[in-house]
Amino acid sequence: MTPMVDLAFLLVTFFMLTTKFAPEEVVIVDTPSSTSEIKLPESNVIRLLIDKDKRVFFGLESDKARALLLDRMGAKYGVSFTEKQKRAFGGLNSFGVPVQQLGSLLDMSTEQRKEVKQPGLLSEADTVQLIDWVMTARQANMDAVKKPTFIAIKGDNDADVATVRKVIQLLQNKNINRFNLITDLENKPVVSR
Amino acid sequence: MAEIQQQADSGKGGKKRAKKMSTKIDMTPMVDLAFLLLTFFMLTTTFNKPNVMQVTMPVKEKNKEEQSELKASDAFTILMGENNKVYYYEGLADATTKPELKLSSYDANGIRKVLLQRQRRNPKTVVLIKPDDKSNYKNMVDILDEMNITDQKKYALVPISKVDTELIATSGL
Repeated sequence: MTPMVDLAFLLVTFFMLTTKFAPEEVVIVDTPSSTSEIKLPESNVIRLLIDKDKRVFFGLESDKARALLLDRMGAKYGVSFTEKQKRAFGGLNSFGVPVQQLGSLLDMSTEQRKEVKQPGLLSEADTVQLIDWVMTARQANMDAVKKPTFIAIKGDNDADVATVRKVIQLLQNKNINRFNLITDLENKPVVSR
Repeated sequence: MAEIQQQADSGKGGKKRAKKMSTKIDMTPMVDLAFLLLTFFMLTTTFNKPNVMQVTMPVKEKNKEEQSELKASDAFTILMGENNKVYYYEGLADATTKPELKLSSYDANGIRKVLLQRQRRNPKTVVLIKPDDKSNYKNMVDILDEMNITDQKKYALVPISKVDTELIATSGL
């Protein structure tokens, strides 16, 4: 019994230390399933969430580059952030408010943030800012960790194709042609020929 | 394992001594907990990494001459409409030629079979995927996934044209 218990505890410790819980996201996005077996990398990922209300959220999965990204975007749009807000941004997985309103979002507590309905980054009037975030994030990540970023699009089952296509088109205009669509795993059926 | 040994009274009477307790403790609940945690962590680690489907869009060609014209005989068009409907036709549609539109479905016997048959007839098939604005993202992923399943090498995601929407509207399917 004792060796077994030893082993069990060893494994518990191992899994406890290696587990990284799935980060909580601003909106519930129910992804479609596909047979693709490629795994999403853990870091250096720019995540674009598209929910069923046509809202687009932005997130950068890279701890080191986040601070740099906020600094640069703030400088670009002439918005300054306090130290406290910068710290809050480090713990923010994704958001859907323009940079001008980001300060007030960062001042809120985590619970308050969940209550707020974020408008999304892509609108008819403003298509530039989302792309600015993506481009700045790519550059910031390159400078901070010297690694290229993956662009992952996480769309809801009922998301609008028009919105998805618009996002892809805007990125294509910036010569970004490779996308990763986040899906759930589904067994690959055998195809007879 | 779990028992606590009880020392029999030595029978000498006189002084009552404290009972000698065994040093062994009952480990069962602890082990239960350990295994519960073990299962929990094992399951959470394997399931939290999402899968991705890679899509590479063509680079925008600057000069028209380098682009190759798609022959109508190689083209196969899939249209995605509202309410999870999927249509297809062979060849290309323009203002003059109206190909025959057919209705299919996203399940295993639907569009997949059609695609496989088409591939057998013409291995050079290029599939044009045209999602309508009323279709949803799941439909798009489903069709892209069909390309993956049927091992279709050449396909393109193209915006739907006016001719195509009219084709759906007039077909009444």
